[in-house]
Amino acid sequence: MQLSLGPVLYNWAPERWRDFYLRIADEAPVDVVSVGEIVCSKRSPFFADHIPAVVERLESAGKQVLLSSLILVSLRRERRQTEELASVEGAMVEVNDLTCLRALAGRPHAIGPFVNIYNEASAAFHAAHGAKRICLPPELPLASVATIAKAIPDVTTEVFAFGRVPLAISARCYHARLHKLAKDNCRFVCEKDPDGLLLNTLEQQDFLTINGVQTLSHTCANLLGEAAILRESKVGSLRLSPQDCDMVEIAKIFRDVLDGRDDVDGGNRRLATAYPGVPFSNGFLWAEPGHLYHRARSGDMQGVAPQIGGV
Amino acid sequence: MMELICPAGTPAALRSAIDAGADAIYCGFNDETNARNFPGLNFSRDEMRKSIALAHGRGARVLVAINTFPRASAVDIWHRAVDDAVSAGADALILADIGLMDYTARRHPNQRLHVSVQSAAANPDAIAFYAETFGAKRVVLPRVLSVPEIAEITRESACETEVFVFGGLCVMAEGRCSLSSYATGKSPNMQGVCSPPSHVTYEQTADGTKSSLGGFVINRFGLSEPAGYPTLCKGRFSTAQGAGYIFEDPVSLDATTLLKGMRDAGVTALKIEGRQRGRAYVESVVRHFRRALAALESGSEADIASLKPFTEGQASTLGAYRKTWR
Repeated sequence: MQLSLGPVLYNWAPERWRDFYLRIADEAPVDVVSVGEIVCSKRSPFFADHIPAVVERLESAGKQVLLSSLILVSLRRERRQTEELASVEGAMVEVNDLTCLRALAGRPHAIGPFVNIYNEASAAFHAAHGAKRICLPPELPLASVATIAKAIPDVTTEVFAFGRVPLAISARCYHARLHKLAKDNCRFVCEKDPDGLLLNTLEQQDFLTINGVQTLSHTCANLLGEAAILRESKVGSLRLSPQDCDMVEIAKIFRDVLDGRDDVDGGNRRLATAYPGVPFSNGFLWAEPGHLYHRARSGDMQGVAPQIGGV
Repeated sequence: MMELICPAGTPAALRSAIDAGADAIYCGFNDETNARNFPGLNFSRDEMRKSIALAHGRGARVLVAINTFPRASAVDIWHRAVDDAVSAGADALILADIGLMDYTARRHPNQRLHVSVQSAAANPDAIAFYAETFGAKRVVLPRVLSVPEIAEITRESACETEVFVFGGLCVMAEGRCSLSSYATGKSPNMQGVCSPPSHVTYEQTADGTKSSLGGFVINRFGLSEPAGYPTLCKGRFSTAQGAGYIFEDPVSLDATTLLKGMRDAGVTALKIEGRQRGRAYVESVVRHFRRALAALESGSEADIASLKPFTEGQASTLGAYRKTWR
């Protein structure tokens, strides 16, 4: 089972962004790293200068690097950006919108979790058109994941296993709206929230996370307890999505549990320490509301229905 | 003249739409294959056949929406829906899933195919992908675009464009939103429902009414305020930056005043949302737009009755078509 690191979704300061990846290259036990601004095209220029050095460092550390494409492409500038990405010589692109697929014209590529693949027929279509890796949409239940992974044995099937869950993308920027700014003059206020902005209900239930044009869950996906059953289901990779915490430690925890150096309970305790104060969730995988967390029991590994419980 | 595409959740609504002047009606089967999968709504196989025959007899076309994403291991349910819609004489199929488009293009190469708004094809390159790969003839544009953007896309587009002019308004990119399933386990993409009534509760409190979805409070209303339906993205929430309608006010789209812009942009068809709405809605809204289109054609001022009673929260917006927030 591989571990992959998804792209940073939040607006981090460029130097911090660069240093994050340099440390990942040196210390994190991940096999694949997706790099690039995929949420807001306005942020891209800040990171552009650092990308070559980051890619080189990751590759020389033996990681496979994917250049990840924008989720929502509507402006001319965004189309150009997507086309340029698809034309980078020798690079493996991670497609997050079909706009990019046309530009790739069948060349080998990866598919990110923002492309709708809900069934084996769609997965097979993408496999036939050059997809080598497919990270499935986070809302897919285990039964669908297993069917799809089995149908495309030559493609590495990946699931979203750690991080706040991306739930929606919009043309409108909610950070700008909250700060009473126009999107075109947003002053990049999203940089104030490197782990996203908490959205509560009017009764103070923690609910969602705002990240500019993107909306994520408040809870943090944690499929550590499902790693074994996912492995049995022919899933070949688990995706860890960067949060404002020690992602090297997060990767080590997953690697330790996958390799049997730690058990699920021990891993969960370490995860809760490494990313404190944010509840876990895995409801989507169990075809339940996505915010729920089913505590994994040993019986789960044989496919027994899990029990709802707290962290 | 631009075509008027109208919703029908029942055969009776379909007849009302035709009476009111619809050029085409879109509808779906009564199962999970369409994105308005509500109890008591939609068409049996038999109703679909008869309704299409009736529409054709009156010079109207029927577009069958099979626009959810097929469930893994159950793809044949969606294949059957495609086969049955074709044999019932559908003028076009409105599809969202790539695998289903692939199936339809191979199995029924002569069937006209429209790209659903659920596919979120938001630029000419994405549209060209569907036109080149599956021979799609029309794309329903997502509601995230402004009129100038629609004009640019239509100019460059490899196929016809259809845009929403009235009704419920997604503020998130359609077909790419899991907010509903995060709260309830039911999503537009998989079950064809958003913020489903089965997961809605209203609670009377001393200060008014509280509406919840899947246990999350979506809104609170004072004693004198009407309690609206708790559609997740139109709720009131709070953040450290302030509270209120964080995503969108509870408003409906009404682009009546933009019809000239749409026509000049080269748009082929105008779509009215609301297959879940009753006959009265269909009839009034379709008549309204029929009159507005006639006025546009003759260059006269339209004498248009207000559509306010049919909008969510009795308020309307031009949505992204005028990006005041850009």
